[in-house]
Amino acid sequence: MRYLPLTPADRQAMLGTIGAQSIDDLFVDVPESARLSGPIAGLPMHASELAVERHMSRLAAKNIAAGSAPFFLGAGAYRHHVPASVDHIIQRGEFLTAYTPYQPEIAQGTLQMMFEFQSQIARLLGCDVANASMYDGSTACWEAISMARRVTKRGKAILSGGLHPHYVSVAKTMARFTGDQLVTGVPTLSPEPDTLDLINSIDADTSCVVVQYPDILGRIEDLSALADACHAKKALLIAVVAEPVALGAIRAPGEMGADIVVGEGQSLGVGLQFGGPYVGLFACSEKLVRQMPGRLCGETVDASGKRGFVLTLSTREQHIRREKATSNICTSSVLCALAMSVHMTLLGEKGLRQLAELNHVGASAAADRLAEVDGVELVTDRFFNEFTLKLSKEARPVVRQLADKGILAGVSLGRLYPGVEELQNGLVVAVTETTTEEDVETLASALEEVLA
Amino acid sequence: MSTINPSGWRPTTPSQGGETAEGTFTGNRALMLEEALIFEIGSTDTTGVDFGEAPAGKSRLAGMERAKAIGLPGLSEPETVRHYTRLSRQNYAIDLGLFPLGSCTMKHNPRLNERMARLPGFADIHPLQPVDTVQGALEAIDQLAHWLITLTGMQAVAMSPKAGAHGELCGVLAIRAALDAKGETARRIMLVPESAHGTNPATAAFAGFAVEDIPATPEGRVDVAALKARLGPDIAGVMITNPNTCGLFEPDLKDISDAVHAAGGYVYCDGANFNAIVGRVRPGDLGVDAMHINLHKTFSTPHGGGGPGSGPVVLSAALAPYAPLPFVEKTESGYRIVEEENAEEHHAGTFGRMTAFHGQMGMFTRALTYILSHGADGLRQVAEDSVLNANYVLRAMEDVLDAPFAKSGPCMHEAIFSDKGLPEGFSTLDIAKGLIDEGYHPMTVYFPLVVHGAMLVEPTETESKAALDQFIGAFRNVATKAKQGEAALKSAPHFAPRRRLDETLAARKPVLAYKDAAPAEAAE
Repeated sequence: MRYLPLTPADRQAMLGTIGAQSIDDLFVDVPESARLSGPIAGLPMHASELAVERHMSRLAAKNIAAGSAPFFLGAGAYRHHVPASVDHIIQRGEFLTAYTPYQPEIAQGTLQMMFEFQSQIARLLGCDVANASMYDGSTACWEAISMARRVTKRGKAILSGGLHPHYVSVAKTMARFTGDQLVTGVPTLSPEPDTLDLINSIDADTSCVVVQYPDILGRIEDLSALADACHAKKALLIAVVAEPVALGAIRAPGEMGADIVVGEGQSLGVGLQFGGPYVGLFACSEKLVRQMPGRLCGETVDASGKRGFVLTLSTREQHIRREKATSNICTSSVLCALAMSVHMTLLGEKGLRQLAELNHVGASAAADRLAEVDGVELVTDRFFNEFTLKLSKEARPVVRQLADKGILAGVSLGRLYPGVEELQNGLVVAVTETTTEEDVETLASALEEVLA
Repeated sequence: MSTINPSGWRPTTPSQGGETAEGTFTGNRALMLEEALIFEIGSTDTTGVDFGEAPAGKSRLAGMERAKAIGLPGLSEPETVRHYTRLSRQNYAIDLGLFPLGSCTMKHNPRLNERMARLPGFADIHPLQPVDTVQGALEAIDQLAHWLITLTGMQAVAMSPKAGAHGELCGVLAIRAALDAKGETARRIMLVPESAHGTNPATAAFAGFAVEDIPATPEGRVDVAALKARLGPDIAGVMITNPNTCGLFEPDLKDISDAVHAAGGYVYCDGANFNAIVGRVRPGDLGVDAMHINLHKTFSTPHGGGGPGSGPVVLSAALAPYAPLPFVEKTESGYRIVEEENAEEHHAGTFGRMTAFHGQMGMFTRALTYILSHGADGLRQVAEDSVLNANYVLRAMEDVLDAPFAKSGPCMHEAIFSDKGLPEGFSTLDIAKGLIDEGYHPMTVYFPLVVHGAMLVEPTETESKAALDQFIGAFRNVATKAKQGEAALKSAPHFAPRRRLDETLAARKPVLAYKDAAPAEAAE
């Protein structure tokens, strides 16, 4: 038991100091009937580092890693190249093994990083302030809807059909228990999002309109008219960004009038990780900050007058306001936020813009190439690095067949919307800087075979 | 005018602090340099990455191009590594020393866990890949689930909650869904003992319950008579913590569970302190219906300065049908992910989806690695050593600090002390800050709320006797200084990267994002 330092002699000596005969004396408060006499049956005993490594490596080898195949999946999780120094920095013990910075005098490293992260995210999303991260994009999205209810004192949220269906599901789950009314749409295989429908459905009960940008089909459009329509009816516009790299190329939602911008930060620094841990982004205008959930780091001075950072505005939080708190969130995703922050620092404005351009040019070329394939129609004509194809066949089995050929093609809309007939032939394809021209060619020729 | 920093208050920069007590003008000390913000040292023209030139190509942005500058500073790679390495040196962490935060359970984070989580087969797979390309990942989730169910003696486990508090929400939503399914819509009150974590009442409220407190006894346990007296047709259930936040085992939990069940309610157990009983007690045997397990607390996934966490929730047979989607199932042809509600299946009552994908896979691989390393025998030893270490600290300190529950029986994973007996003007906070100067991260302070000036000390099972003895020496020294009213303690810490920070100023004049200096100020 290499992680347990006490020796049998230590244990005896310590029991003596305590004045106990045996370790069982320390478990006397456990009722006799609930005490287990030995290790729980049916489970293996401890194993060496080598044995554990072998076991885990065998499990890992049963999966097809994205980097080992032509890979085109997006739909809320994106594969980008992460510089080696990002992982090096997050593995430093002083970041990796630290706790929440409740003692600011000896946690300035984490706190300054949180302040820098907040500042980077606010600028990226085009908002005044951002918090120091949430669990992920989907939960941040629900928290934004919840916040809009608190701010507007209205209970009806309108969710665009272009919003990630899993984000919609999370909101539906929560609304079932909180009594919020949700109006939800599903996308159509159209180059245009449902903005006009959204504008027309805003009424005096509407707390917010939630729109994804770029949306689940990869579409982008100006949110200004929608923001104006929301504000005219005193509702809030919530924009969801699932691919922050896009903001190196396209306008930020905050610039177009979104009141709250939430997002998924995974694509910068964090990696795919089969869905988690990821990093939720949450930003808003200054006037809403006291209704914002999650952790905030603020600047202050110490007793010597030096600049320092502390967790602040905690009067909104669960450990003070208990059942009146702005949310029950207790932790955040600080290590992932650090990874994202380091990646953004390495990129800087110049690097992020270059990265975004590479993504866009690559995706645009891939869209042209794939649209040449018989039985493939390009649905989206304005997009960043992700676009939707309409196939001549149902996309889900096509994805399955391509996987057999060693190609991880895009996400079939059938997997995301199993009941929606119109979407079954839709395939969402993401192209990033990690995708090569050869990968695109491989996918195009395989599609030709499968669709023939 | 902006509501943020309305008076236009500007911070001091590190070099404007004047001559410090340590005798340097810049604030730098040997081996420790002050570090400016990336916004002060970086520039928007600098980058630490190399991309080839993007080939000329068609733009499909059509009017959506970002026109205005973002304002993101960049640093070269060496500057980046140096910046974050310098920042890291201003942090205390478990790799540097004992981290006695009660109820937070800061234990050794094995690097094997990190290596396994980074295997490309786990780290580089997409949540929506075809399921037959991720069979190993699903098998790993299934194995971890099996361990969690077996160790807790429960029926099912929901793996997707993203953190402990998210797990609480999952458990309480399962209770709500079960009540709704039975038409028990009058049960809308959740009983929460005073010693509960602050997240418990907030969680119950978020799930649409009203919260009523149940008092603690003078011995630091749930007042069972008060709890039983409150049971009735309006009670959804009780949220209890065991071992509780006073560091004690609740010996009457089975009795409480039976009474709650007989009255038509459910029992939620906050499993934050499971490391004290793992392998020795199964919560399922005590009548618990739902319990979240903080993988970072019991199974050593790193806390990372405030997350990510991971909070799988084990469920009793009564609540299992209501578990959230998605979950992993073993079939004859391999593993599958159940993502849709299906009336035909045993989980027809699912309350839905809590998060976009399958949960914290990166944490699952770390926790599974840790569990396999310990095995059933090692995990039992974990509980024994964590309890032994906590009682050792309790007995070593009770002559210098008030220990309010020292006579209530052995403590479990943590020992609790109070500020009783400190002279006028000295508080728990002074002891905490004094410990920093002794080289330790302070214990949890001012929690639980039922103890005045609480100090909650949790050594955990990964500390050696020598490490404990050294810590106890420092802790006794600081406590003794406080009792003697030593003035220097009031201004501690003296040797940390920062002295006491002005938290009131931070809240009154919030500065939450860096702002470029205004031109007028720049001219000064």
